[in-house]
Amino acid sequence: MTETTIGLDAFSEPETEENKTSTPIKKPVKAHELAKKQRDISIAEFFEKNRHLLGFDNKRKALLTTVKEAVDNSLDACDESGILPELEIVMTEMDNERFRISIEDNGPGIVKAQIPKIFAKLLYGSKFHSLRQSRGQQGIGISASVMYGHLTTGRPARIMSKIGVNHPAHYYELKIDTQKNKPAIVKDEEREWSKEHGTKIEIDLEGSYLKGSQSVDEYLKETAIINPHATIIYVNPKGEQIIFPRASEKLPYQPAEIKPHPYGVELGILMKMLAWTKEKNVRFFLQREFSRVGNKSAMEILEKAFILPTAKPARVNRESAEKMIEAIRSTKIMMPPTNCISPIGAELLEKGLKKEVNAEFYTSITRPPSVYRGNPFIIEAALAYGGTLQSEGSIQILRFANKVPLLYQQGACAVTDSIGKTAWRSYGLSQSGSNIPQGPCTVLVHIASVWVPFTSEAKEAIAHYPEIKKEIKLALQEIGRNLYKYVGKKRRVHDELQKRSYIEKYIPSVAEALKELLQYSDVEEKNVIALLGELLEKHRGEVEDVSFDKTKNVEYDEELAKIGKEEVEEEKDESGNEQDS
Amino acid sequence: MNQVTNKIVEKAKDIYENIKKKNKPELKSPIRALSNVRYDNDEGFFELNGSMKSRTLSASTVKTFAQTLKMMSLSKDLIETDDIATKREAYYVSKNWGDARFKEQTESDTVMDDVEAMFTVNREQLGFIPEEKGGEIAGRLIVVDKSPDTGKEIRIDCTKFGSGAYSIPSSVEELKFETNAKFILAIETAGMFQRLVKHNYWKKANCILISMGGVPTRACRRFIRRLSDNLKLPVLVFTDGDPYGFLNIYRTLKVGSGNAAHINKYFCVPQAKFIGITPQDIIDYKLPSHPLKDVDIKRIKDGIKNDPFVQHHKKWKRALRQLMEMKVRAEQQALAKHGLNFVISNYLPEKIKKPETWLD
Repeated sequence: MTETTIGLDAFSEPETEENKTSTPIKKPVKAHELAKKQRDISIAEFFEKNRHLLGFDNKRKALLTTVKEAVDNSLDACDESGILPELEIVMTEMDNERFRISIEDNGPGIVKAQIPKIFAKLLYGSKFHSLRQSRGQQGIGISASVMYGHLTTGRPARIMSKIGVNHPAHYYELKIDTQKNKPAIVKDEEREWSKEHGTKIEIDLEGSYLKGSQSVDEYLKETAIINPHATIIYVNPKGEQIIFPRASEKLPYQPAEIKPHPYGVELGILMKMLAWTKEKNVRFFLQREFSRVGNKSAMEILEKAFILPTAKPARVNRESAEKMIEAIRSTKIMMPPTNCISPIGAELLEKGLKKEVNAEFYTSITRPPSVYRGNPFIIEAALAYGGTLQSEGSIQILRFANKVPLLYQQGACAVTDSIGKTAWRSYGLSQSGSNIPQGPCTVLVHIASVWVPFTSEAKEAIAHYPEIKKEIKLALQEIGRNLYKYVGKKRRVHDELQKRSYIEKYIPSVAEALKELLQYSDVEEKNVIALLGELLEKHRGEVEDVSFDKTKNVEYDEELAKIGKEEVEEEKDESGNEQDS
Repeated sequence: MNQVTNKIVEKAKDIYENIKKKNKPELKSPIRALSNVRYDNDEGFFELNGSMKSRTLSASTVKTFAQTLKMMSLSKDLIETDDIATKREAYYVSKNWGDARFKEQTESDTVMDDVEAMFTVNREQLGFIPEEKGGEIAGRLIVVDKSPDTGKEIRIDCTKFGSGAYSIPSSVEELKFETNAKFILAIETAGMFQRLVKHNYWKKANCILISMGGVPTRACRRFIRRLSDNLKLPVLVFTDGDPYGFLNIYRTLKVGSGNAAHINKYFCVPQAKFIGITPQDIIDYKLPSHPLKDVDIKRIKDGIKNDPFVQHHKKWKRALRQLMEMKVRAEQQALAKHGLNFVISNYLPEKIKKPETWLD
């Protein structure tokens, strides 16, 4: 390396360049010349170039991601304010591959000052710093949609929000200044809106509308199944209106917000918390900024980390913070409280599944809360078997995280992995190795947590934490055992019926053979048949009817079940093409 | 009515009476498996232990019950009309039985074996005959048979088949024999038999050659047994040096099989001796060999552990262990390494002279 070349070019072997006499010698780039090109890359700019990380890898997915982010936000806002949600989603095809999506909710509305930041600044939101179960987590989603819409159509997003009867509705047209990660306000005005309160967002974007298992239709259907307290009205680009009416008037349990548990904290976050805290000393800091840390455990941690309890949090340096982390790991601290989680409940889960599939047998379970890295979580699972379900091929898997359906990346998900690693053969399904089992079965798994770990920002697959996988497996084993009981009963009844038909089938042959051997009369042959019938059927009682009655499941909604099952003509996959654009 | 039809009718009556009394009728037959045989040291063959398989009429047995009774009826018919049916034919006859018909011949064979065991007779006595050929004979032997149409005596000279051979018929009970040969040599493969016939080995050694073609059929076993019993001839067995030759071919010929345990008494040749190829021969004659296959190893282990015959014969146990350690097997034809006719000029004469190299 020569002294004059610095920067990235330093690694491109200048020696070999010089040795090649036939090629002109490349002039070394001077450091200050390079410096001209070096500047801050804003987060917005980064995501503009890496949109696949946020779920915009292809045109079809862009529509889904946009609807999903808006719907997630609306439902979260309604749940937090104790409002039964009513959502209206309209998707219109404006031009070839150009869509207008509008999502309107009856949520609490957003105060004027916040609107631009929420919709046009990445990583801004209420959820990132709090530990409470919610659909959105990072504060990226909706602003990324706004950015994508602007990027592909050049048009700003239009937002209207109203917080109450006596307040005006605020109307904004917004873009994102991608260099500064700052909202660029195109229009800001007050408007009349007949709605009492709520928010409406309209985004124009490039997309591609296809039906099928990864469509907006399917996403909204699954959302309705898992959120029975919401009414969703949806008009798809074909002009078909689908209404998913509210199935339960009961508001879901309002999860409490909790302080982070020390077991889940990492060095960087700890240092940030130390810098930001208003507590006077580290002892109070530990006790008040974390859950489950009392005076005793706080003192124990500080003693182990050689930090004075009276030390100012802001004065704790990196080394001490590192020691603090070690001390936390070796100190016994009570597991976090679990009232911060709101499961759907086994009963509602089963009810939702009954809407979607017409099966013979349903079972569901909500596991007791568990903890991974200091984050409490609950696994719920439900299973449907038989009936109209297809017996050929792999079972159907429905995955949900904090009441949000997961439609992509099934193979990479901890749920799928855990299903494969459960021994379904002993529960009556066929399975080879650790693959997805085969049979007429639909399995639904829901994880509820204050922080659902995803494998990527697009929130498509749940990360493989051993604690989570263990809980999923336990839930699956429990519903598996119930399945086994049912399949066993069905088999016994089937065997019994088979035996009865056997008796009827073969008794005449026995009587006939005896007649040939003993040469008795035809009358006697009939007599023997009657005697044998009596002899064999004496001890057989009534048989329970386990045959499938497709009208028995009153919850089943045939029209709903069809959504998302349409044949997709051709999957348009443009991922990869746009990454470097 | 002969003895067998009597037995059949008696059994049918018993069943009928039970039904009349509203009792569930039962069919009993001995379990036909290696686990239910013991080696009878005095008689020298596998004999049945007492274990019986009892089939009480119930929903799950009603099908086989019906089939067994129909099979008994067919047998009675055959005996009364002095006819015979092959196992395959019996299977086709069952196609008239309505729901009780057999789907596969294996099913009808099993029911036939059960009936056979139930009455402890052999299937020829029930009017059923196997399709398989019984083996081939060449050498100094005259078989006295009867012509099927005239009933006249026919004398068959087994020296007069040239390069061909006499086939053992499926029923050998009525045959008579004349010979001045000194011993019988039973050979596993047709190839080796051909070689010995071609070079007139039977003339040189003054013997009767029998090709078993793998595991000997019942007819072949019965033929060798009667021949040996009637004329007091020793029986020498010559197979490949592998577990199949030892445990399937030789063991079945000498003491019978588990499956046919109820009739082994008639279908074994306790006087048979094994002359080769022994594991020691592979070493002594430096025979080219192949590694033991997984099935071979399994067969050896199984034989040492479960075969009552092996357990009674220490020499065999040692030989099997020896083969297991050598990890190889050798075919009869491997002797060709020392010249095509080495088997005739050296191997057989040497082995026959030294009974101490045989296995019992």
